[in-house]
Amino acid sequence: MAEFYSLRVNGVDREVVDAQLGESLLFVLRERLGLLGTKGACEQGECGSCSVLVDGELVCACLVLAAAQSGRDIVSIEGIAPAGVSTDVQQAFVDAGAVQCGFCTPGLVMAAHSLLERIVDPTDTEIREELSGNICRCTGYGRLVEAVANVAKTRIALGGNRG
Amino acid sequence: MADSGVATRQRPGRIGDSVVRPDGREKVRGEFRFSSDLPVEGALWGATLRSVHPHARIKRLDVTPAWKIPGVEAIITADDVPGKSTYGLIFADQPVFASEVVRYVGEPLAAVAADHPETCRKALEAIIVEYELLDPLTDPERAVDGSHPPIHPDGNVIRHQRVLCGDPDATGPVVVEGFYEMGMQDQAFLGLEAALALPDPGGAGVELHVATQAMHEDLHQIAACLGLPEDKVRLILAGVGGAFGGREDLSLQVHTCLLALRTGRPVRVHYGREESFLGHIHRHPARMWMRHHATADGRIIKIEARFVLDGGAYASTSSAVLVNAVTHTQGPYVCENAVVDGWSVRTNNPPCGAMRGFGVVQACFAHEGQMDKLAAACGLSAVEIRLRNAMRTGDRLITGQVVENVAPVERCIRETDALPLPDEPIGGFGDDPMRLPGGAGLTADRGHIRRGIGWGVAIKNMMYSEGFDDYSTARCSLADGVATLKFATAEVGQGFVTIAQQIARTLLGVDDVQLDRIDTTIGSAGSTSASRQTWMSGGAVDMACRRVRERLFEHVGRMWSVDPIRLVVDGDSVVDSSDSSRRISVADATAGQRFEETAEYHHPPTEPLDENGQGDCHTAFAFVAHRAVVDVDPELGLVKVIQVATAQDIGVALNPLSVVGQLEGGIAQGLGLAVMEEIVMQDGKIRNPSFTDYLLPTFLDMPPVVASLIEEPDPRAPLGAKGIGEPPCISVTPAIVAAIRDAIGKDLSRVPVRPQDICL
Amino acid sequence: MTVSVPTSVAEAVSLLAAAPDSLVLAGGTDLMVEVNAGHRSLDRVIAVDRIEELRDWSISADRRSLTIGSGVPYSLVMDGPIAELVPALAQASRTVGSPQIRHVGTIGGNLGTCSPAGDTLPVLAALDAQIHLRSVSGGRTVSFSHFMTGVKRNSRQPDELITGVTLPVLPGWQGYSKVGVRNAMVIATASSCLAVDESTRSVRVALGSVGPVIIRCTDAEDWVVGQIDWERRAVDDGVVAEFGQRCGVAARPIDDHRSTAAYRRRAIEVLSARQLRRAFPNG
Repeated sequence: MAEFYSLRVNGVDREVVDAQLGESLLFVLRERLGLLGTKGACEQGECGSCSVLVDGELVCACLVLAAAQSGRDIVSIEGIAPAGVSTDVQQAFVDAGAVQCGFCTPGLVMAAHSLLERIVDPTDTEIREELSGNICRCTGYGRLVEAVANVAKTRIALGGNRG
Repeated sequence: MADSGVATRQRPGRIGDSVVRPDGREKVRGEFRFSSDLPVEGALWGATLRSVHPHARIKRLDVTPAWKIPGVEAIITADDVPGKSTYGLIFADQPVFASEVVRYVGEPLAAVAADHPETCRKALEAIIVEYELLDPLTDPERAVDGSHPPIHPDGNVIRHQRVLCGDPDATGPVVVEGFYEMGMQDQAFLGLEAALALPDPGGAGVELHVATQAMHEDLHQIAACLGLPEDKVRLILAGVGGAFGGREDLSLQVHTCLLALRTGRPVRVHYGREESFLGHIHRHPARMWMRHHATADGRIIKIEARFVLDGGAYASTSSAVLVNAVTHTQGPYVCENAVVDGWSVRTNNPPCGAMRGFGVVQACFAHEGQMDKLAAACGLSAVEIRLRNAMRTGDRLITGQVVENVAPVERCIRETDALPLPDEPIGGFGDDPMRLPGGAGLTADRGHIRRGIGWGVAIKNMMYSEGFDDYSTARCSLADGVATLKFATAEVGQGFVTIAQQIARTLLGVDDVQLDRIDTTIGSAGSTSASRQTWMSGGAVDMACRRVRERLFEHVGRMWSVDPIRLVVDGDSVVDSSDSSRRISVADATAGQRFEETAEYHHPPTEPLDENGQGDCHTAFAFVAHRAVVDVDPELGLVKVIQVATAQDIGVALNPLSVVGQLEGGIAQGLGLAVMEEIVMQDGKIRNPSFTDYLLPTFLDMPPVVASLIEEPDPRAPLGAKGIGEPPCISVTPAIVAAIRDAIGKDLSRVPVRPQDICL
Repeated sequence: MTVSVPTSVAEAVSLLAAAPDSLVLAGGTDLMVEVNAGHRSLDRVIAVDRIEELRDWSISADRRSLTIGSGVPYSLVMDGPIAELVPALAQASRTVGSPQIRHVGTIGGNLGTCSPAGDTLPVLAALDAQIHLRSVSGGRTVSFSHFMTGVKRNSRQPDELITGVTLPVLPGWQGYSKVGVRNAMVIATASSCLAVDESTRSVRVALGSVGPVIIRCTDAEDWVVGQIDWERRAVDDGVVAEFGQRCGVAARPIDDHRSTAAYRRRAIEVLSARQLRRAFPNG
């Protein structure tokens, strides 16, 4: 492989050209593919701002070598909701006051979706442990925990159908 | 803000409602553009070469090898700064690029622009710098005692300030004293420094998209350094990923503009996390001593204190931080006699300046430690000692200033005390190890853990001090039922944009309030700091909206031939208060009309301190109490904060949802300072410039917060509301430390409290 | 620079044979940090995270040993069958980084990096894990004690691929404890794994983050077996305390920006003593 490879991002095959092969998936999503919703804040996997799904697993895009991801299914914040519609998690974040500066928010939305896929009815501690890879400097986490708990409750009330 | 109109119509909200953010939808969808999200066709990348020594003479700086790297488009050094070579918020003592001497590790020496970040990295590596090492000044006490030669032409003492009040010889039967120390905290905003500069044709001017806290403060400093008139430099607020004081000083602004002007091309500069630790100022590390004299029943008679704040290599706001520290020595307590000496000094450590709490965090840690010592000496509880000394409206501070604000200190303490303690036992109700200190590390069993409770109470000044003419500007226009607001108030995440819309909706009876771009095409709003924007920019928006409403009433008055003074806004309509059947919707009343007003809000003037620290130097005050419950493993020194209770004097809850967010967020930062956050310095070098080693509280470190909002509208505040940003992070730190002391029965005088401080 | 993504061990080792200076990239959670910081430039990369046979695990027919492929992520070890067979390994895995890290970080990666703070390494040391390596010229197996040779150094040859580890399934208590300043996402300032083998009446202890390599406390191990009432699963408080001290003596900690040598030694004393008490709850 050299300066040309393709990535499947949000269900679309995208060509990555002129890339240097040491680039992380975070850099390639943002700078090569123009998907700016994924944020970088530490480049060490210590903040979770760049969380994306690769083959369904929540990962830090800054620690993923983009050039080795061909053939995998990558979902970024731009692909988590259909165009023009917000997911239940996204709406709950807004309504619960879980957003301040918003820099950690896309990563936390991804992490919250991933959590609620795996644990339908998480306890407070489970929410905190599952989201502990995502640092938020503004909110102190209280509204975020509430937002995620609200989504779980609503989903259960709706019988497992997703809003 | 393209969607704000839609969001507004869905959920109109007035003052007092829990209104959601206008930018919330964009932020959760990843569509909100931060300053790092501004790609432009043909833009170059910029990067900065920094000193690796804390103190050295630059013998040689040779950039020619970097020019040989393909893709390099510009290299600039101190010789390329066309205007003023230094900048600074209070004293212009900091070079844009070091030219003869470097004074801290991380000081900029040169900047490059190239086609790729990797090319920039190679170019920086290729630049040759030869240093002659100089003896670094890293111990602030050596700046105070004068035993180290000056490391800067302005000398090693940035400011010395005394506060002398009452009888210096007063004493009492109870005397307690203590030394206190605070480490260097980082703002650690998540959105790293980033900017995009777009040069005007021919280099006649530049447009800078930047994340900052203070548009016009930036503008004045940048234009001076670029040697351009201020109208040729246009600042546009790019999305700001948190600030907390760390964006009050310049970092990459001038460098980015210079590279763009030099190349004639757009230039983006993005710091990585390590560079961010080097590139912005931090909270002042402090060494403090206090001695309290009191009556046998615990009433403070006199306080003696000494502060040494390490300002690092350049002045930044060190002089103002010092004034806050020394003038808050007494805390929210009555004290008639004081002898206080404080220094903020220059060292070869990283520059320190503004961070949430601004000098008061340091003072509060010391005075609250003292209150607990006093309580112990007098046989009183932590609550009782604080109630006995609680300040009230009308009390005189040690500066001679009278507190004219609402001052519900006693109520803050009592309401905090009334909040329920956690009902769960040590380790929780189940067997979940995450409920114990050490968490998933499985370090302890229930029997190893002890619980403690601690208190902290604080007073915090709001707005600028010491005679600064502090003001904010806002413009409101109303046309066809839509209000539009324009201001240069930096929205850094705190939610002023939400409040501004609420004010306009409430006053003008419209749902749709558009927010114009935040830039420097309007007058200054000052900085988003000092808990001041709700008061100052809120005041300006309020004033502009009221003037527009006068114009609306005049217009409707003419239509109806009634005296405008009879008209009021009711719901979405203008109504004749003498004949309520006469009513017209604001939308109809403004059809085809346009009313526009600009307002400047100034707070009442303050005055500088005299040499004895006397003077009405502060604008206003807010108060808060915190109670912390912690579980501690005394043998391993691990801590888990179980609950924080707080009652805060907020004046009025303009947006309760947003108030809670500020309280919880501030408490998390105070918790970080209490038990984990510290920039570790060794010989002038930062040992932990990364999120792997500079630890921030995670979801699992932050406990539930129980809060009581004390709403006593302050008649001096334009909206009755006090600033709420800083108090949450101030007294929670001493409260947590006091709780740890309570759990283990050991004195702790330094934050952050490290495991070894507890168990060794 | 080239990036290869082999899908079999055979393919991976032949790539390594052709270019032994290649960088083997597993989950990337260590190496990409260095790449992002500019501390490591990439020339040839062999990404081994799509070799299915490395992501497998199996238990021996006699149920006495477990073999885990080097590509098995921590998240798989944390719960389920592996956690029941080797609880200490599951506990260690749960403390690694964050959920994001645990989804892609692997046992093989922990071995490849070989940091003294690697969370699974004290478990592998305590259990005398056998490390399997493969090259085009065949396979070999080394015990953990011969594998890790220093800070971020091991005896893997440049043309070798770490394919997995084999661990004994021991009858008896085992556990991993880790001290960090934060309640999540933290590098160990000190860690300890204690494992009891009731079949041989032995106790094994290994320490992390307190020396250049993982340290086995053989003195404490040998001493304590004679102090235990194996029938009653009991030890005296005095034995517990002395055991902790003996483990502390074995540690070789340093001062650095994360902690101090004195604290690390104290932490080992406390962790080891508490683990012994958990293993033998009766006094």
